[in-house]
Amino acid sequence: MKMKRAFLSVIFVLATVLAGCEPLMVLDPKGPQAERQAHDIMLSIGLMSIIVIVVFALLAFMLIKYRASKQSKDYEPPHIEGNIIVEAICVGIPILIVIFLSIVSVKSNYIVEAKPEGYGDKEPLVVYASSSNWKWHFSYPEENIETVNYLYIPTDRPLEFRLYSYGPITSFWIPQLGGQKYAMSDMITTLHLAADSPGEFMGRNANFSGKGFAENTFEVTAMPQAKFDEWVDEVKETAKPLTEEKFDELLEPGHLGRSTYTGTHLKFLPPPEGHHHGSGNSDEHSEDEHAEHQQSSESHKGSEHHSH
Amino acid sequence: MEFFERFAIPHPSPAIYASMVAIALTMVAIVAGLTYFKKWGYLWREWLTTVDHKRIGIMYLISALLMLFRGGADAIMLRAQLAVPENKLLDAQHYNEIFTTHGIVMILFMAMPFIIALMNFVVPLQIGARDVAFPRLNALSFWLFFMGAMLLNISFVVGGSPDAGWTSYFPLAGTEFSESVGSNYYMIAIQIAGIGTLMTGVNFLTTILRMRAPGMTLMKMPMFTWSVLVTNVIIVFAFPVLTVLLAMGTFDRLFATHFFTTTNGGMDMLWANLFWVWGHPEVYILILPAFGVYSEVISTFARRNLYGYKSMVASMVLISLLSFLVWTHHFFTMGQGALTNSIFSITTMAIAVPTGVKIFNWLLTLWKGKIEITTPMLYSLLFIPLFTIGGVTGVMLGMSAADYQYHNTMFLVAHFHMVIIPGVVFAMLAGLTYWWPKMFGFMLNERIGKWTAWIIGISTLVAFMPMFFSGLDGQARRMYTYSESTGYGPLNMISFIGAVGLAVGFVLIAYNVYYSVRYSPRNISADPWDARSLEWATHSPVPEYNFAIVPQVDSSEAFWDAKKKGHELFKGEYEKIHMPNNSGVPFLMSCIFFVWGFSLVFSMWIPAIAATIGILACMAHRSFEKDHGRYISVEEVEETESKLRGAS
Amino acid sequence: MKIDHSLPLEYSTEENRLKILGFWIFLGAEIMLFATLFASYFTLVDRTGSGPSGADIFEITPVLIETIVLLTSSFTIGLGVHAMRIGNKKAMLSFFAITLLLGAGFLGVEIYEFVHYAHIGAGIQTSAFTAILLTTLGTHGAHVTLGLLWGTAIILQVKKRGLTPETANKSFIFSLYWHFLDVVWIFIFSFVYLKGMM
Repeated sequence: MKMKRAFLSVIFVLATVLAGCEPLMVLDPKGPQAERQAHDIMLSIGLMSIIVIVVFALLAFMLIKYRASKQSKDYEPPHIEGNIIVEAICVGIPILIVIFLSIVSVKSNYIVEAKPEGYGDKEPLVVYASSSNWKWHFSYPEENIETVNYLYIPTDRPLEFRLYSYGPITSFWIPQLGGQKYAMSDMITTLHLAADSPGEFMGRNANFSGKGFAENTFEVTAMPQAKFDEWVDEVKETAKPLTEEKFDELLEPGHLGRSTYTGTHLKFLPPPEGHHHGSGNSDEHSEDEHAEHQQSSESHKGSEHHSH
Repeated sequence: MEFFERFAIPHPSPAIYASMVAIALTMVAIVAGLTYFKKWGYLWREWLTTVDHKRIGIMYLISALLMLFRGGADAIMLRAQLAVPENKLLDAQHYNEIFTTHGIVMILFMAMPFIIALMNFVVPLQIGARDVAFPRLNALSFWLFFMGAMLLNISFVVGGSPDAGWTSYFPLAGTEFSESVGSNYYMIAIQIAGIGTLMTGVNFLTTILRMRAPGMTLMKMPMFTWSVLVTNVIIVFAFPVLTVLLAMGTFDRLFATHFFTTTNGGMDMLWANLFWVWGHPEVYILILPAFGVYSEVISTFARRNLYGYKSMVASMVLISLLSFLVWTHHFFTMGQGALTNSIFSITTMAIAVPTGVKIFNWLLTLWKGKIEITTPMLYSLLFIPLFTIGGVTGVMLGMSAADYQYHNTMFLVAHFHMVIIPGVVFAMLAGLTYWWPKMFGFMLNERIGKWTAWIIGISTLVAFMPMFFSGLDGQARRMYTYSESTGYGPLNMISFIGAVGLAVGFVLIAYNVYYSVRYSPRNISADPWDARSLEWATHSPVPEYNFAIVPQVDSSEAFWDAKKKGHELFKGEYEKIHMPNNSGVPFLMSCIFFVWGFSLVFSMWIPAIAATIGILACMAHRSFEKDHGRYISVEEVEETESKLRGAS
Repeated sequence: MKIDHSLPLEYSTEENRLKILGFWIFLGAEIMLFATLFASYFTLVDRTGSGPSGADIFEITPVLIETIVLLTSSFTIGLGVHAMRIGNKKAMLSFFAITLLLGAGFLGVEIYEFVHYAHIGAGIQTSAFTAILLTTLGTHGAHVTLGLLWGTAIILQVKKRGLTPETANKSFIFSLYWHFLDVVWIFIFSFVYLKGMM
């Protein structure tokens, strides 16, 4: 059977891929958000496989049973307009599946868009992640430090990333902790993540942003809170302060390795104010660039409600 | 000097220089060939000035096939670059230009003209009309598309290709981050082609609504014509969005406005939104006629009427409505919040229902049939399983929370290729093979055809299935390279092998054409497939007036009923037939459009203004022209008919 | 060419009927075109950057003149088509000529308006708001300009060839176009100017 041959080739491809491979990153979650997403993915793969199998089976059946070569020469296929019951089933079952998936999808939407569950009253650690061609800048306003192209995070504490971009649209993505979200130049987007266990994860910009896009990655290290605090202290002792000149230099297009600073760029270059569509008036930022150093740290608290 | 520097390619490479030489040599060869064989007059009279929907269809077809090879060559380069980790075949800039061009060419300059080719050739025949409503406009549509396509195609040798992706998101595509003229080409070439497509939409809507044979009510139209009707409604409502969008993009690039920039209130998200307000319906503009082709082919070779005609129509209408309500699913990750995402997630998954109905109706058309596996049928049968894989992964992508993980990855790339290749490309190849005898009066070789279908079918799986896995493993799309430690190597190598397989398949198509031109018998009947709709009731190849007598129809399978139940299609006597005159103005006007576009790309205002005046002059000429067409006399019709009857 | 005398001249042949339907479909596309512009306008209206807002730059007098002139022209072309229906070529030509003159008047005021905006620092490059404002107005203005050229061509043809099914058809389609531009202007007047000035 020719269909069988096609089917076998599918199996073959699947087998070569699955054999001898580590678990796929997205399906190997290390945080609650990624777990929810992996669960949704596996669930939908399961349901969809049933549909695929039903369609394949029906097709195989029709082809085996109703081939011209299997029938007498003078067989005349009948004229069949359609049947309400059959068509109702063809509509009904997909509708039921779609309704079920919609419920799952809507629930998951509210879960991944909110502070991760299961961490009690712990305040999330706020990190401003901004991209510039082709780097990531991570500002920790609470700790008052900033890193480039690497991210240290504590485990067992919710994380709240505030994303924006100095340039093209980018997408902040740490597959094992959760899905991505865009960073754009005229508004802040918020991404809620959390890491359950210590480890090193791949993070990258997933949205095409020009020549240096492929290498636009960063390393993520999750560690227990105590170790994280140790690291913060160490940075504060050893790292140089981030000056405005230095930050301008960092914004120049190109690739950089890791670097670490005390202080954050938020103080002299506040993030875009628009959290919603609408009032994006980016020119004003440059005007009051130097004003009110304290303003920025206060605005963090003020923008809790901006998680849409 | 600065003026001339813009025409140079910003990132030259030996491959591009070689292409320049190849293009120059091809041009010289074409000109020399036409001159040597004294074919200039023939070319002008029979093709460049034609307003015949069949010839325009064939010109669309040739352009689509040429663009298929252009886009295919791009695809092979992309897959070759990614076949092994840290490959040095292409650098980032070239890779970016190539995937951008690949996307634009395949969607807008391959798939679009391919469906319009079949639309042009088949629809007037299926509804028993002599031509489309506005034959002259139809020629203009084609030439505008063609000039738009050519303008984009010269970009890589004059000034540089666009490199911001086929979606061309701002601010990346703005002057701030894309300095070369590449994105100007994008804005203007697609604008020109898009105007052509919009006019096609107006033309075919009028044609289908007003020019059907007597007795053919809307619910007695063949399914392909139905699909084209719905498609053209989408074209008329979606393409103006593109027109405005591209105009705003052009203004940003040429006149330093701030629609999408990062300063002075510009809003990058507006581009993304408007792009997909057009872009998602565009996907259905491609897929619905493909569904129409499958409906024709499956019913013909199952030797049965199409199951669930009414639900087929209803599902297409529903798909066309939903297609305007799902655009946000292309950027669930833009931060519009859980509520918006939930709404669009549901509308997106809802599309699976009417699409599922269609799949089941095709399966039920096979039921109790007498299935004969010909090449077009083989494509259709391969389409059902492969498209199902593509379709169900679409439902998965529609789950917005999970989409945060699929978005921008190879999973998405795998999905849309598994939808577009089995959905659109297989349909076009099936349609091409199916209607080929009607177009040219001989059949394509079935043996080579079936081999091709199998190779293309299996290669599609081999090329794109691995991407589902590499996507879930974190491989982002549009990355020009990856390191060995990521472990993406083997999967990408398999994809490359699949891509080579696809290339072999497409070369075999070209070989089949060559082989069949040489060896295929010419003494075929007008109805070689024993088919069901009106286009098979006239001769192959079709005389310029299509039908000597306008057919009388009373079912959706008029020709089948005529054959089986003895309905008389052609009642009455020959009458003189009114036909439109040929005209060189559409071609000329489109050439001026090309000059206009090229001038704008390089901000050369004086030629741009001159070209604008030229375009207006062509329109004025059309307005004042007295062209009442011509008549084919009864004697002439009789002569042609008896000659063709003898031949077939 | 079969002429059906029971129908008005502009509908009297099959080709004419096709052209009128085709033009209605084209107007459907035009509605989408302006709808996209309006949607973009509402999205960008508050994004004034360092430039002025609508309230800062709009002036009621020229806008009122434009509105009255264009509304009147829509009325006069209606009269023109009516004259055509009763076969009064001379009256029809007069009304078409008046329509075009009013159109030219509208365009003149609009050009003055644009020059004024540029003068007070609200050029097309100033901000997202000014860009979409001038693009929306400009697209409408470009349509009017094209209409003036088209209308002139039609007047010349009617004058030379008389009222035939062909010229009547063209005139009627042109009137549809002109009415459409008027409708678009009413939207611009209400949602761009009035809303902006409030």
